[in-house]
Amino acid sequence: MEQNKEPVSAPKQHRGLPFHIIKRVNIPIWKKITIYAVAIVGGLLLSSLICAGLAGKNPLDYFTYLFKGAFGTERKIWLMLLDAALLLGASMALIPAFKMRFWNLGGNGQMLVACLSAYSLSYFLGDKVPEWLLILLMFACSILSGIVWSLIPALFKAFFNTNETLFTLMMNYIATGIVLYCRASWITSGSAQFPTLTKGTLPEIYNNMLPTVAIFVLLTLFMFVYLKYSKHGYEISVVGESVNTAKYIGINVKKVIIRTMILSGAIAGLVGFILIARTGPGLSSDTPNNMGFTAIMTSWLANFSPLLLFLSCFFISFITRGMSQVQQGFGLTNNSIISIVTGLIYFCVIACSFFINYKIVFRKKEGK
Amino acid sequence: MAKEVLIEFQNISKTFGSIVANDKVCMDVMRGEILSVLGENGCGKTTLMNMLAGIYYPDGGRILIHGKEVTIHSPKDAFDQKIGMIHQHFKLIPVFTATENVVLGVKNGSRYNLKNAKKTIGEMCERYGFHIDPDKKIYEMSVSEKQTVEIIKVLYRGADILILDEPTAVLTPQEIEKLFAVLRAMRDDGKSIIIITHKLNEVMEISDRVSVLRKGHHIATIETKDTNVQELTEMMVGKKITLNIDREQVKDPADRLVINDLNCTNADGVKTLDHVSFVARSGEILGIAGIAGSGQKELLEAIAGLQKLDSGEIIFHRPKKDLPVSFFHKTFKQVTDLAAEGKFHYEDGTPVDLTGKSKKEIRSLVNDGKILFNEDEIMNLRDKTPLQIRELGVRLSFVPEDRLGMGLVGNMDIIDNMMLRSYRKGKSILVNRKRPESLADQVVKGLEVVTPDLHTPVRKLSGGNVQKVLVGREISSAPKVLMAAYPVRGLDINSSYLIYNLLSKQKEDGAAVIFVGEDLDVLLGLCDRILVLNAGRVTGIVDARSVTKEEIGFMMTKTGA
Amino acid sequence: MLTNFLIGAIALGVVLLYGCLGETLMEKAGQLNLGIPGIMCMGTAGGCFGAAQYMNGLAAAEDAAWLPLILISICFSILFSVLTGLIYAFLTVTLRCNQNITGLAITTFGTGLSQFIMDPVYVPRDRFGAASALFAKGFVNDPDANGVLRIFFSHGVFVYLAIALAVLFAYVLKRTRLGLHLSAVGESPAVADAVGINVTAYKYGAILIGSAVAGFGGLFYTMDYLKGSWENASTIEAFGWLAIALVIFTLWRPNLSIFGSILFGALLIAAFVLGGSSSQKELLKLLPYVITVLVLVFTSIRNKKENQPPAHLGLNYFREER
Repeated sequence: MEQNKEPVSAPKQHRGLPFHIIKRVNIPIWKKITIYAVAIVGGLLLSSLICAGLAGKNPLDYFTYLFKGAFGTERKIWLMLLDAALLLGASMALIPAFKMRFWNLGGNGQMLVACLSAYSLSYFLGDKVPEWLLILLMFACSILSGIVWSLIPALFKAFFNTNETLFTLMMNYIATGIVLYCRASWITSGSAQFPTLTKGTLPEIYNNMLPTVAIFVLLTLFMFVYLKYSKHGYEISVVGESVNTAKYIGINVKKVIIRTMILSGAIAGLVGFILIARTGPGLSSDTPNNMGFTAIMTSWLANFSPLLLFLSCFFISFITRGMSQVQQGFGLTNNSIISIVTGLIYFCVIACSFFINYKIVFRKKEGK
Repeated sequence: MAKEVLIEFQNISKTFGSIVANDKVCMDVMRGEILSVLGENGCGKTTLMNMLAGIYYPDGGRILIHGKEVTIHSPKDAFDQKIGMIHQHFKLIPVFTATENVVLGVKNGSRYNLKNAKKTIGEMCERYGFHIDPDKKIYEMSVSEKQTVEIIKVLYRGADILILDEPTAVLTPQEIEKLFAVLRAMRDDGKSIIIITHKLNEVMEISDRVSVLRKGHHIATIETKDTNVQELTEMMVGKKITLNIDREQVKDPADRLVINDLNCTNADGVKTLDHVSFVARSGEILGIAGIAGSGQKELLEAIAGLQKLDSGEIIFHRPKKDLPVSFFHKTFKQVTDLAAEGKFHYEDGTPVDLTGKSKKEIRSLVNDGKILFNEDEIMNLRDKTPLQIRELGVRLSFVPEDRLGMGLVGNMDIIDNMMLRSYRKGKSILVNRKRPESLADQVVKGLEVVTPDLHTPVRKLSGGNVQKVLVGREISSAPKVLMAAYPVRGLDINSSYLIYNLLSKQKEDGAAVIFVGEDLDVLLGLCDRILVLNAGRVTGIVDARSVTKEEIGFMMTKTGA
Repeated sequence: MLTNFLIGAIALGVVLLYGCLGETLMEKAGQLNLGIPGIMCMGTAGGCFGAAQYMNGLAAAEDAAWLPLILISICFSILFSVLTGLIYAFLTVTLRCNQNITGLAITTFGTGLSQFIMDPVYVPRDRFGAASALFAKGFVNDPDANGVLRIFFSHGVFVYLAIALAVLFAYVLKRTRLGLHLSAVGESPAVADAVGINVTAYKYGAILIGSAVAGFGGLFYTMDYLKGSWENASTIEAFGWLAIALVIFTLWRPNLSIFGSILFGALLIAAFVLGGSSSQKELLKLLPYVITVLVLVFTSIRNKKENQPPAHLGLNYFREER
């Protein structure tokens, strides 16, 4: 049978949408950066309009305040860097776990138990042991308790494949509960706060912020090398990508999960220690300032790469610091505006992952 | 009987990224015929049919049914046109029953009533000669039962046009016969049936007409009775190829792997290996035939140290007789212990006695290669992890069925995949990527892997190239035992032959090759001996040069011991 | 005391039940929504906003009538939680973004925005005493009535609504075509798609209805249980997380959710009923979290085939994936 038919024209009309979505195979790096930039700028514009709308002010002032709040004075810059550094630390505690697809939502709890053990040492031993020993003990115990808190879900994940997302989340609440219990049983005066202590404070160097920033910058660089160039890091990637492959080549998956979570817990413990010992020890159930959750976002934004974390942590701290200035300048009394704006910017950046992974193709026009 | 044209494809095109799957394809389907769509893997035949079934939407061209243009955006649109497709990977929900799967998505205006549905299914079974338990959960079913559910599902929706994608790939010869009988019954009932396949003998047996596709182009559509296998092959591959695989005679076979009475039970309490015993010899290819899921996976994984066994032994014979002892696999203490047991001799044949010799002397004797083994070393690999097996110095390579889910890491580049087996080497805590890089380079050049560069994630490569990377890595260690599970699945003919040649080469180099295959022609042409697995039991170990396909088919399917 | 304990357990259980039902519906459709805490907060804010609008539109707080108050609150609650759910649905279903991350962002956003809305400027609460009395009005309102009667009939309307919804969901999931299709979407969207089920529509439907239902939990807690008082969003957030855990505990079955949530309610309230020193109370408050952990561990060890989560939970569906 002959196949030579009249040349057919393209279909006249399609039902449904005039475009369809296809998965990208490759995306050039400049395109990726552009998409992210558009998302961030879009998010900022949106939040400027909302804030200015609520306050009845000029949206352009939003940006002035935002930058003033973050970069206004040398001290403000340092404060922002400090925030970013602590956030780096918290993210660093999550990234190795995320790399092996272990959804560790327990950063808050791990940091909090570390804070608690550091604080309690200062509280009970402050007058009994020399300062250097106290700090050393605080350091060791913080790290140890961070490890314990991350090790519990890790062991169950390794041996019984227990859902780690909810497990680590519950561990946060258990940590909070323990802190509240300690407060209720130690502080008999009925006060709702732990007293601020002076014993067990790290010596002040430069402006008291530089050492923290330096520690976490170094730690991030270490983590970059660890994940990318070490055998451990290679094993983490293999386990994260495919447990079956890991087993096939003889990686002890349980061991990798446990080892990695010990590392995670230790870093969370270190952050907890610094939160307590950098200034005079004080404690509340809110001491980690929800960094455990913020760090999930920064880690994801950074695509779990330690180097990109510098950017994402810096950006989030910039927004938080800048927003408090915006709030002040606009006279918005309600504190929660910061979470709203952060949430909006998250949405924009999350949404842009679509444009990175997929491409919208419009259907060819007639006559082609 | 006057045939009327039912479906027409006109200039259908479809691209995925830079890959052109279909390029201006024009063809047609008649009412009441069985049409084979023939082509190699990756020729675009499944893509074309997926556009008829509403899975994909064409980038260009149009589809006509009864001479009227139709747009099929979704499977639902396809059903509205009375088109139903049975995919190669069954689209069934494991935790649902057969009936639930059949009625899924059907909105016929009546109330949701599983009882009525069961009755309808029963009637259909009678009409075309199926057998199915409507209350059985899919995850408890055999492949053939699942296929039956798929066919019923399509018929239940009132389909007049059935598309079957590689329907015989996972069936036994006997099951294929049954399927073909059902298909003929449906054709005689006035239904049009399209079979996507690359098996020529089946095309000849079942179809009325055959359409050949090659690299996204429609080559021709002809009456089956007017053609022959040779002509179809030429149309399919574009050039004449010999269907023969070079098979050398086995040279100096020696027992390499002795498998003794393996038993294995899976999580659901089903026996997956049932008293399996056999010997794999060096310098030969041992084929393993069987219906999918007869214990092939468990057997290979057990040997590779990935499967827990109830009982049995996996004995590896390391060829050591008259070869020098080295400190590579043996510690100093092991050497002195073995010497005390009298396991060594000197080059002149006198037994080795190390008592009274200093450490230094012993070291230099070993390092100079003066001390030789009396016999082959024998070790039991059972309950050893893959790492322990490696540490014992057993060079065992395994090309698993699931390439990107087990053998390779899809998101890692070729270099990182090359070092999966070897990254532990050396004392440094950092990985060394120099050696894997040169290995990757060798594999890419040697096996003609098509890739932009060595830093491309392997998931972006095509199926054949992925397999080349995997096989290349596995044979790079000069294995003593090489196991390959379905190594040519999804590969085009040229890539398949490359793999066959690589396996034959390993055999000539003295490896014991274990090849699990599904195409009986290939098993008969490539292997030296064939072991047949049937529901976890060995139902025969036969000489591949003398056995027939029917005999193997019988061993694959016979029930009862 | 036992009567009060049980009444309290049922009340707190219902807060969890709403969240659990909403999440169950979404998870059946394959959507793991960690934004439930945020959505519950938004539902609260919406309902309270509606209630405040109604109450302040009246000449005097005493003029408030039961039906309009409840209806207006429900409508606003649904509006707010569905809009929040819509963001989640758009990002994860249409744009196919990571479900975990989107959920967490929803929680950040939802808790923040609800906190913002609950500012007395937008939601003046001076008439909430009268409003909450209507919310809490049961069939038996006499505190001295027979204990059994009070356990079953002294609750506000939202308790009965929750139970009714749970029974309805159980029926729909188990006995109707709709339920079969929804399960199919969660088990294997590709299969569902292939048989002509509109996966996107089912996912959107499950997310939006689930959000509306989850939102009632926070509204009930604030207006009925807490008598219209609001401190901050974090208590409701904690309920949200527990509700998500409860879904696993109750094996994705709404009928089991009723009992599971009342059990959790009992654990939550144990601290207040059993009394003891303030430190002991703090320890008792840990119970639900510890039990959740134990449940997670227990179910993972048992690992039965029919008690598994939907097979495609947490994964996004893209038809043309090759």
